[in-house]
Amino acid sequence: MAERPEDLNLPNAVITRIIKEALPDGVNVSKEARRAISQAASVFVLYATSCANNFAMKAKRKTLNAGDVLAAMEEMEFEQFLEPLREALEVYKKGQKGKREVSEQKRKDKEKKNDSENDKSREEDEEEEEERMEEEPEAENEVEEEEEEVEN
Amino acid sequence: MKMSQNTSDKDEQSSSNKKNISLPISRVRLIMKSSPDVSSINQDALFLTTKATELFVQHLALSSFNKGSGKETNSLSYSDLAHTAEETETFHFLTDILPKKILASDYLKSLEQMQDEDADY
Repeated sequence: MAERPEDLNLPNAVITRIIKEALPDGVNVSKEARRAISQAASVFVLYATSCANNFAMKAKRKTLNAGDVLAAMEEMEFEQFLEPLREALEVYKKGQKGKREVSEQKRKDKEKKNDSENDKSREEDEEEEEERMEEEPEAENEVEEEEEEVEN
Repeated sequence: MKMSQNTSDKDEQSSSNKKNISLPISRVRLIMKSSPDVSSINQDALFLTTKATELFVQHLALSSFNKGSGKETNSLSYSDLAHTAEETETFHFLTDILPKKILASDYLKSLEQMQDEDADY
C-alpha cells in the first residue's frame, strides 16, 4: 500500500525521456503536458490492473499472470501493444534465465575456490530465492545486486 | 531484439535487458497494489504492465502530437492531450483526468459577446 499520494506517480524524468524518444527530435513538450501524460500513465496502470484482475478472478486465481495482462490489453483495445509486449516478455524471460545461470555459475566458481562443502546449502538457498521471486521481485534483484558488488 | 547473443555473451545480454524497460518496476507494483482487489502479481505480469505503460506513454504522446495543433510550432501542449482523450475512443478513460480546459480570458470573451449580442437587441 502506498504511504503517500505521490508514491502513485511515476518518475517524471523517466516519463519525460520516454515522451522525447517517441516524438520527433526537437518537439517542445510543455510542463503541463508532461504532468498530464504522467498522470495518464498512472491511470493506465490502474485501469489495466483492474481489467487483468477481472480475468484472474473469473479464472478463480489470486495471482495476476502474464495472460491476464495481455487479455486486459485486448479488452482495453490496445491490441497493437500485444506483439511488442510478447516480444519484450520473451527477451525478459531469457534475460532472467541468463542472469540466474550467471549467478549460479559465479556461486559455483566461488565455492570451488572457497569451500566445496557449502555446495548443498547454497543450492537450497537458490531454490528459496526462486520461489520468493514470484511474490517479491525486488528481493531477488537486491540479492543479485549485492552479489555482483561483492564479485566485482 | 538480440536474442541470438544470449548464449555467447551473457553480460552483454543482461545489460541490454536492463534497457528493455525504463520505468521502475517497484513503483508500478505499488500503483497496482493500491488497487484493493489485487492480492498478488507475478513477475511476468508486473513486467508486462510496466512495458505496456511505456508503450502507452509513447502512443498517447505521439497520437496527440500528430493530431494536435503543435505540428507547425513543434510543440505538444495540454490541450492536444485533452483533445486526444476526448476524440479517440481508446483514450476515453482519460477524460476524467484530462478535462478540456477553457481559459478564463476565453470565458470572459464569450461572456462579453453574449452581453454584446444582448445589447444589440
